[in-house]
Parts: sequence; structure tokens; C-alpha cells
Amino acid sequence: MEKISIFLGKSVQKITRLRGNGGSALPGLVIERTNPNFVKNVLSKLPYGVAVVSGTNGKTTTTKIVTELLEKQGLKVFTNKSGSNFVRGVISAILKNIKLNGKFDYDIAVLELDEAHAVKFCEVVPINYALLLNVQRDQLDRFGEIDHTADLLQKVATAAKKEVVLNREDPRISKIKAEHPVYFGLSETMLKKFPSDDNLIEKSEVKVSTKPAKVTLEKLHEKSATYKIDGQNYNTNLTLKGIYNAYNAAGALALCKTILKDAEPKLLTDNLAEVESAFGRGEVFNINDAEVEILLVKNPSAFQLSIASFADDEHDYMIAINDNIADGRDISWLWNVDFSKLKNVKMISGVRASDMALRLKYDNIHVAKIEENLEVAVDKFTKSNKKPKRVFATYTAMLEIRKIISGKSIL
Amino acid sequence: MTINILHLYPKEMNLYGDHGNILALKRRCEWRGIKTKIIHHEPGDDIPDDIDIIFGGGGQDSGQSKIEKDLQKIAPQLKDYVEHGTPALVICGLYQLFGNYFETSEGQRIEGSHILDIKTIGGPTRLIGNITINTPEFGEVVGYENHSGLTHLGEDIQSFGTVISGSGNNGEDMTEGVKYKNCIGTYLHGPILPKNPRVTDFLILKALENKTGKTQKLQPLNDRIEQRAHKVATTRPR
Repeated sequence: MEKISIFLGKSVQKITRLRGNGGSALPGLVIERTNPNFVKNVLSKLPYGVAVVSGTNGKTTTTKIVTELLEKQGLKVFTNKSGSNFVRGVISAILKNIKLNGKFDYDIAVLELDEAHAVKFCEVVPINYALLLNVQRDQLDRFGEIDHTADLLQKVATAAKKEVVLNREDPRISKIKAEHPVYFGLSETMLKKFPSDDNLIEKSEVKVSTKPAKVTLEKLHEKSATYKIDGQNYNTNLTLKGIYNAYNAAGALALCKTILKDAEPKLLTDNLAEVESAFGRGEVFNINDAEVEILLVKNPSAFQLSIASFADDEHDYMIAINDNIADGRDISWLWNVDFSKLKNVKMISGVRASDMALRLKYDNIHVAKIEENLEVAVDKFTKSNKKPKRVFATYTAMLEIRKIISGKSIL
Repeated sequence: MTINILHLYPKEMNLYGDHGNILALKRRCEWRGIKTKIIHHEPGDDIPDDIDIIFGGGGQDSGQSKIEKDLQKIAPQLKDYVEHGTPALVICGLYQLFGNYFETSEGQRIEGSHILDIKTIGGPTRLIGNITINTPEFGEVVGYENHSGLTHLGEDIQSFGTVISGSGNNGEDMTEGVKYKNCIGTYLHGPILPKNPRVTDFLILKALENKTGKTQKLQPLNDRIEQRAHKVATTRPR
């Protein structure tokens, strides 16, 4: 049965690709209809099984960290690329990598799944491990409410047969019940730098968790960090950008150390030094002789942390806000971000540029220019001077800008 | 002069950037040289007797159950304020709870505060998306709705506006929100006030008039960005 499905799926993939429709969901759909157990049958044969990474913020980069760290430990890791984090996307990724004779030469699957799809996935495919990062106010129009999102992740935790790695500092994640919980978190000093979503809105104090953590982020500097793993401190350089990535890396380390109990912590942190942020997250382009860094912002806490990490006097800033389906139609979350630390905002763009400008106006921040057309905005912004530049952008705005910039960039 | 703004349950009823409404009131007062004081009301607190504007937002279900009892306790004082013409804005969850009751889809009845003659019944689906309404007093008003409760108005209470695109109170009778004396109840998040400055200024004006006992005129502000954001919102898909 599997061999027939593989042949069928690969054929459909080939045809859709020939027709210039590379990212089509059709092969996945065909397999889902004809062989509903396909993913389960292929993935359950993996020696280490399946690890799911979920949560509202940082899934893509965290999945990338886990994948690369496990690979450095000698495992063959199957993973899904961002943007295909649902069952059909996983099927397509399997089809691309499986041999016609059914050989699927991997040790483990590390999959990024968003909350709703993770639940559906776990109903079909048994999973061994889960890493649950956070529940933040994100694109509420997709699922309704934040408590519902936490319920979804509880189901993922219940489905995991082995350990579930949980963020002890996130109030909704630390409440999740698991048979074998493993926690990651922050030192008391670091905790103050990471206000939770509730802290931001309620302006309440951050509280220190009493749960024992396998891995904590102890200290963070510009390009290095200290992680405490099983009670011992390890220093490492970081290529990853943004303090939230350094935070999620603690979760990634905890998951790797859980899957490979004998892995040498020093080696894991050394390897972490080489991992780069995922696509569109902190990428730096050189355009018109100026450095332009793109930072993805998709919900209030990510935006707040991005401002905490990246707002300074040396850079000029542009903000691009779209409200397409992938960004979330509802842009009211901009009002849950405190922008008062942001200076030198030279350009506001995107479909909802005027909403962003309005938001800044009510924080008494002067905006130099509003230009809804992204191409014009990027052009004017990058040509204005030679200062290094940063762009905060929602998901689809980030994709558009990346396309505009890479078209012009001298790579 | 200082305008005292009562913010009901900022911790529990805090969804969808509703806090932006407080910021809109505060800034539009400040820009005119009027001072403001924001009073946070949490369960157990007393209601002061010098409130000029009342505001309450929406919340997730867990938030609503935490405030239910306290709201019962302070309801007579809030009703007194509204009956005497204190401007008020209540959104989504608190709009529903300012009414007579909320009946969940499981048939459980949550008693409201009987300030507004409305009742709300839990519906089968969530009504989610951009919404534009037409109001007799403020013209076109834009926002974003996300609710499963279906609200029906009593016989003698006026709606806030008529739905141009979106669902509104119940998705059936084209009404959106209520306007009772100087109290506005609505499902519009967004937040509603920044992009609809005429509504914000109405609340401020009424507060000033109540305070001084005479007709007032607000100093006009440059609302170019507000108008542009408003216009863009009306063109966006649901």
C-alpha cells in the first residue's frame, strides 16, 4: 500500500511541478484521500519517533535549532520547512524525501506544527516528544481565544508518549499536565527582561517559577549567552538574533538533552553557536550601501521583545504592517505593544500603514513618512542615508520586502 | 480640570487591544490641555463618586467568570451613573454583561447588571471579522468583531448603528450595539476609539458638559491619520 501511495504521490508531485505549481497541496490531498495512514506508517518506523514543536512564537527558528543540534549529534533528522506546518505539508515533505521502494532513511522527525494543526496531527500520528514554547495573543481571528489555544496544546502534551518539554515561565504552558514533564526557563535576572503577555497587558510583576528546570537561560549579552544545563553553567557564542530566540534555544537544548540523554552539554552549546535564525528572522541585506535587517513581528509579545532587543539610536527604523490572512486580519494587537522606546522611525508601510502610524501617534512618536506601497517605501527608506537600518514586518510584509530587497541586493 | 476615567477590570477584560481606547481618551484630552486620571477597577474595589467616563472591554471566558460577582455588586452604582448621563463605553464582554442576562449555548444563565435593556444568547458560531456600521450621530464607524453571543435589543432601546458590512448584534436584524443616554455598548474592537475619533470626542465632550453644567465645544484636532486609517479599514475584506 505504501509503495503505491509513494508512487502515486511522487507522480502527482511531478505533474504539479511541471505545471509550475511547486508548492501545491495536491499531492498531500491525494495521499490523504487514498491512504489516510500514510504519515503514521512512515513516521512510526523511525527509531526515535516524532518530536513536535508548537506554540505561538518562535516555532520555526526553534525547530531549526533542534534539527541542527541533533544532526550534529549524528542523527538523520527529517523536518518540515516553515509554511508547510500541517498534515498535508508533512506528506509533501515526506514524498520528496522517501525512496520509491519505501526507504525513509531518517532517525527522527522534528516537526513544527501550529497549535490547531498539531492537535489534528496527533490524532493521526503517534508522537514521542513535544516542545511547547508559549501561548501568546496571536492572530486571534484564527482560533478565537487564548485559553482555547492552551487547551489545544494540552491535547498535544497528552498525546506525547515520552517527555514533554514545557516553558515554565509561560503561565499557560507551565500549567499543562504531562506524564513526563521537562521544564526550561529563565534565571531570575533574565525573567525581568521577558515580560509575559499577561504582564504586558496587566502591567503586573513577573513571578519566579518554583518548578525545577532542566535548562535555563542564565545570562545574555550582545553575541553570547550562558545556559545552565542540569545545574551547570555553559557559555556560548550566539549567531541567533533577538533575545526571544536565545530564550527558545533553552527549550531546544532541553529537548535535545531529553531525546539524547547522553549528549554532552558543552558540545550542544558549542553547536548552538553556529545555528542561524530561520528565514526572514533577522536576515541582513546589503542595499544601497546600507545594512538592512528584517525582523518578523507577528504578535504583541514578539514585537515588544523585538523592540527591547533592537531599538537603539544607531539605526533607522521602518515598520510594515499587513493584514492578510497569514498576518491575521485583526490588527488591534498593535495597541498592546508599548512603542515609547522606539526612535528614528523613518518609514511606515504596508496595507495597514495608517493604523501603525495612528498607534505611534498615540504614543507621541513622530513618524517621518507613511507610504502604503511597500516597494516605494523600501526604495525611499534604503536610499535616505547610509545608516544601518531595521525593518519590523508582519509575515506577508516580510515576504514582500524580502523579495523586493533580494531583487536589488548585491549578494 | 481633570477627567476621571473608570477602567473596569483592566486585568480580566483586556482582549484585542481594548486598552487602546483608554489611550485614545487620554491623549485627546491631553492634546487639548485637559488632564485625565485613569482609575483601574478590580474585583473588590469600591466605585469612587467622582467618575466622569466609564470604560469596559472584552475578555476571554475565564476572565468573565472572575468578574461576574463583583459586577453584580457594583451594578447599582454603574446604573446610577449611566442614568444620570455619565458617558460610558462598554465593549463585547462588558457590553453583554451591562445587559439583562447572558445565556450560554449550554443553557447556563449569567445574570447581567440590567443597565442596558438587552439580552444575549450564546450562538453556534463565532462572528469574526472587519465590520463597518452607520450611526446616526457619528456617521460611519469601523472596527473588528469577534463574538459568539447573539444580542437582542429591548423594545425601547436604540441601536448604536446599522450594519453596512459585518454581523453586528446578532447577524440577523442588521443592528449593532446600543446607545442609551450617553452610554454606548458595542461589539467593535479594533480598538474602536482611535479610528473613530468622533466617538472619542463625544465621550470627552459629555464628560466636560456634565462637569461644568454648560454646553461646551471641543478644540478641533488634526485627524488626518485617523481618517486615513478609518478609510483603509472600510476597504479591507471581512
